Amino acid sequence: MNAIETRSLRKVYPAPAIKKRRGVPAPAAPPSAEIVAIDSLDLAVAEGEFFGVLGPNGAGKTTLIGILTTRVRITAGEAFVSGANVTTDPAAVRSRIGVVPQRPNPDRSLSVIENLVFHATYFGIGRAEAARRGEKLLERMGIADKMHAKVDQLSGGQQQRLMIARALSHDPKVVFLDEPTVGLDPQARLSLWEILRELHDQGRTIVMSTHYMEEADQLCGRLAIIDQGKLLALDTPAVLKTKAPGDTLVEVTFDGDASVAADAARAMEGVSSAEARGPILRVFSKRGGELIPSLINAGEAHGRVVRDIQLSRPSLETLFISLTGRKLT
Amino acid sequence: MTVEPLAPVAPSRVFIAILLRDLTVARRELPYFLVRTALQPILFVTVFGFLLPRMGLIPHGYSTTMLPGVVALSLALSAIQSVALPMMQDFGFTKEIEDRLLSPVPIHLVAAEKVVGGVLQGIVAALFVLPVARLIMGPIPGLSFRNLPLLLAVTILGGTAFSAMGLYLGTGIAPQQIGLMFSVIVAPMIMFGCTYYPWAGLSHVPVMKWLVLINPLVYVSEGMRAALTPGIPHMPLLMILAALVLLTALFMFLGLRAFDKRAMS
Ligand SMILES: Nc1ncnc2c1ncn2[C@@H]1O[C@H](COP(=O)(O)OP(=O)(O)OP(=O)(O)O)[C@@H](O)[C@H]1O
Ligand SMILES: [Mg+2]
Repeated sequence: MNAIETRSLRKVYPAPAIKKRRGVPAPAAPPSAEIVAIDSLDLAVAEGEFFGVLGPNGAGKTTLIGILTTRVRITAGEAFVSGANVTTDPAAVRSRIGVVPQRPNPDRSLSVIENLVFHATYFGIGRAEAARRGEKLLERMGIADKMHAKVDQLSGGQQQRLMIARALSHDPKVVFLDEPTVGLDPQARLSLWEILRELHDQGRTIVMSTHYMEEADQLCGRLAIIDQGKLLALDTPAVLKTKAPGDTLVEVTFDGDASVAADAARAMEGVSSAEARGPILRVFSKRGGELIPSLINAGEAHGRVVRDIQLSRPSLETLFISLTGRKLT
Repeated sequence: MTVEPLAPVAPSRVFIAILLRDLTVARRELPYFLVRTALQPILFVTVFGFLLPRMGLIPHGYSTTMLPGVVALSLALSAIQSVALPMMQDFGFTKEIEDRLLSPVPIHLVAAEKVVGGVLQGIVAALFVLPVARLIMGPIPGLSFRNLPLLLAVTILGGTAFSAMGLYLGTGIAPQQIGLMFSVIVAPMIMFGCTYYPWAGLSHVPVMKWLVLINPLVYVSEGMRAALTPGIPHMPLLMILAALVLLTALFMFLGLRAFDKRAMS
């Protein structure tokens, strides 16, 4: 049985309501103001996998996790977690999963340890056992000294760790983490990596979204790259790296709009693609850095001055940029 | 080590765990809770049940009319507030209720728990106001606790109707409009809720007698009158109970619908 399975999954958020004002005619709504956050997505994650979801802002990562954790309604298609259908049997799904949200949402009426104890009791665990587990988890997350503090007294990173402890307090089979390392300092990030590896070694399935290539590369067995709700690539980090365009990515930052230089760049020999995003010109070059003088000239011909130049060898990062036209961070 | 699936949990157990969470939080806030919900009725009792009768501006028997109304008001007011106010925080910016929405039960059970918690808090407020009012007003002719089944029925039905109304208001109204909710909905409801006068008394103003029937509080007040002071005229029992059942069903329906809308995107 797969830990996670989606079939032709689709999520459309309705168009935001346009407020009518008296005297002012309502602006004509564009034909499709609704947002397609997930678009015909087919996924299968095996039990015990460490699965990563990579995508730029607004790609649909949180929506996907929301659907799999029964918090977002499906528009079309189906999704299963541990064999249970998220739409028809959400309670069964919830009994098997732990969730770390993108934004910490602790119960602010309760203390730190109470957050863990009560949460565990919602899953049928006795109070004494829940307290024992809670203390252990706080220790593991390095916030045992805050046990009796109010959650408002925790820093953002400490709240994030509390969320991770809470997600584990009922010993779930599948753990979902939505960008769990965003607010953490480098040391806390490394210790979280260690905890995640440990959970994975214990046989749990882990689904994690992230913005950090290095993190995805280091931790995940397989990676899905999504953008605008669509699956763009899905494989192990090693295979994905071999799929990265064999060209060097040259990024030239000008002091103004870079699009004026894009056409000239495309016409150059050895350029497989060129694209401008604001002041940045991104060129995939078969000739490495040799193109740089010509690129600088192309900009200067339109009065642009170069501010910065970067070369990147083929990597997950350059694959991502070639797939989405966007940088991750 | 491999992870074994958790044994399925009985929904009743989860329900009780969530209820215990609410009661723990409520117990910590008990003094504020009592001030918030009991002060208004107690002030009224002091003025109309103590001061004015002393001055001879109001006949002494008035306390018999007023006491059931005041008990009804405390029950309704605290039931509505005990659900509506936490709901606004729960569904606020950080969506604190998320950890309960992730518990392994249908989400309607989470909403139902809020309503039950509201009824319990309403009962606490009513049980607090009743002796205090009696203390302030002195002996109340005609007060009787003999009709316990009816008292329980009115308390539970009335508490549930108002708790469910709190669910509807708390999930359906933006937090910025909470002040508006009290001045536009709650305040008129108190004034035209037959709390400080019996419904039968409105026969002098027939239009009002029919108009106030849209006010849910009327049925709780009259129900308390029927249960606590059966000697004074009150609305027919059947009408009271039927209205309370209908109101409970209506507000449960509206409340759960509004809750669903907020709980899932
Ligand atoms: N509740 C909502 N109502 C309407 N639109 C929404 C809602 N939640 C998300 N969206 C839209 O759906 C799209 C996907 O959003 P989502 O939050 O899933 O992206 P994400 O990949 O998690 O982004 P980020 O990296 O910024 O967290 C976005 O265009 C977003 O504006
Ligand atoms: Mg997100």
